[in-house]
Amino acid sequence: MISVKNLRRCFGPIVAVDGISFEVKKGQVLGFLGPNGAGKSTAMKMLACFLPPDSGSGSVCGYDIVRQPNEVRRMLGYLAENAPAYGEMTVGSYLNFICDARRIYGAQREPAIRRVVKRCAIESVYHQTIETLSKGYRRRVGLAQALIHDPAVLILDEPTDGLDPNQKHEVRQLINQMAKDKCMIISTHILEEVEAVCTRTIIIAQGKILADSTPGELKGKYGCSLDEVFRKITQRKSAG
Amino acid sequence: MNGFKTVFKRELKGYFSTPVAYVFLVIFLFFAGYLTFKDRFFETRQADMRIFFMNMPLLMVFMVPCTAMRLWAEERKSGSIELLLTLPITVGQAVWGKFAAAWTFLGIALLLTFPMPITVAYLGSPDVGEIVTGYLGSFLMAGGLLAIGCFFSAISKNQVISFILTVVATALLLAAGLPSTLDYLAKVLPLSVVSGIESMSFQTHFESMQRGLIDFRDISYYLLLIVGWVAACGIILEERKAA
Repeated sequence: MISVKNLRRCFGPIVAVDGISFEVKKGQVLGFLGPNGAGKSTAMKMLACFLPPDSGSGSVCGYDIVRQPNEVRRMLGYLAENAPAYGEMTVGSYLNFICDARRIYGAQREPAIRRVVKRCAIESVYHQTIETLSKGYRRRVGLAQALIHDPAVLILDEPTDGLDPNQKHEVRQLINQMAKDKCMIISTHILEEVEAVCTRTIIIAQGKILADSTPGELKGKYGCSLDEVFRKITQRKSAG
Repeated sequence: MNGFKTVFKRELKGYFSTPVAYVFLVIFLFFAGYLTFKDRFFETRQADMRIFFMNMPLLMVFMVPCTAMRLWAEERKSGSIELLLTLPITVGQAVWGKFAAAWTFLGIALLLTFPMPITVAYLGSPDVGEIVTGYLGSFLMAGGLLAIGCFFSAISKNQVISFILTVVATALLLAAGLPSTLDYLAKVLPLSVVSGIESMSFQTHFESMQRGLIDFRDISYYLLLIVGWVAACGIILEERKAA
């Protein structure tokens, strides 16, 4: 459902993403793992059609990210880093705005909103303005926004960043529940999250893919914990 | 179309859900009235809104950038631009939606000056046509200035910088049409250039609308200005949205 070939993106002299290629199928949860500045967010922004790639191609559900960006955005649910939203809106009016943008009208709107509110456990803050919410709740509202149109593909950029252990657990539960019938890409620094949630892992550093395999295989191949695998792979790259 | 309507609706509602809009309206209405009466409205003993509209350009040079500065600078700074542009809404729809909402807001501000024409109608028998075209000219000028503000708002993440750049740009365009400026330029530049500059200024096109004339040249001037600057805003946004 997601297919990427030689995607490349520079910011001036800095090469953020240097020719990455991979594929993700339905039912798979791909974990993007990498040090800060590796190019994870940039790659996700390109897939979400926020940034155009300098070269290379990608497609989501058969739609090309360069030539059919609006169709891609329609198929996709995207949660950006730091879960941006319009602070002065209430959660309710924000979700209504998203429904407007995603063309969920009339009789379909109420059940859709009710469904995501329940799934992301934001009933208690439904009438609060977003700027007054704690980080965890803001993240959940962002997740609700990504799920409201029941997309086939989800791209989540550091979905549990800054959440407390309970909230992390809840988000991971949610991801596990949805994993079966969706295609997901999640970026994270947290190695236990990769083991808990992802069926495949890609390790990225300095814009290049260093490993593309499953968590189990990586551990087996290197014979140590995922933490050590990560360190070995990324530091070998910077040394060599 | 759907994207445009969504953004337009959200923006317009957003204006009225914070105190900032109301503060702006109060300040705008206060100065619109104050400047009119200070400039000898009663002494002139004429029941028309000439003095009111005469002060409009100056008032707008300060007030329109206030509305415009937060349009895109805020989105880029808070990161909500990433949310907006990953929804199935094109950049064009988003830019025009925001512009239309801001222009509607300014239109509402102009409508709220209704006590002024009521006063004039009570005191005498004014030329209604002049008042209507005066308002139309003000509305179009507001749109033109807003379009410039839109552009500069997309250039900087800092609202204050956007504000200052917009004020400078609009003041230049306005000053270009003032008689004193044109006289000075006439001494230095050939006449054709000076009349070219004159036809590019706000003042010229606004004044003819004030006199009760709806000239195609004036309307097209404002519409071209709006389309040009808003399109430029869209282009800049595409370049800079991630930076």
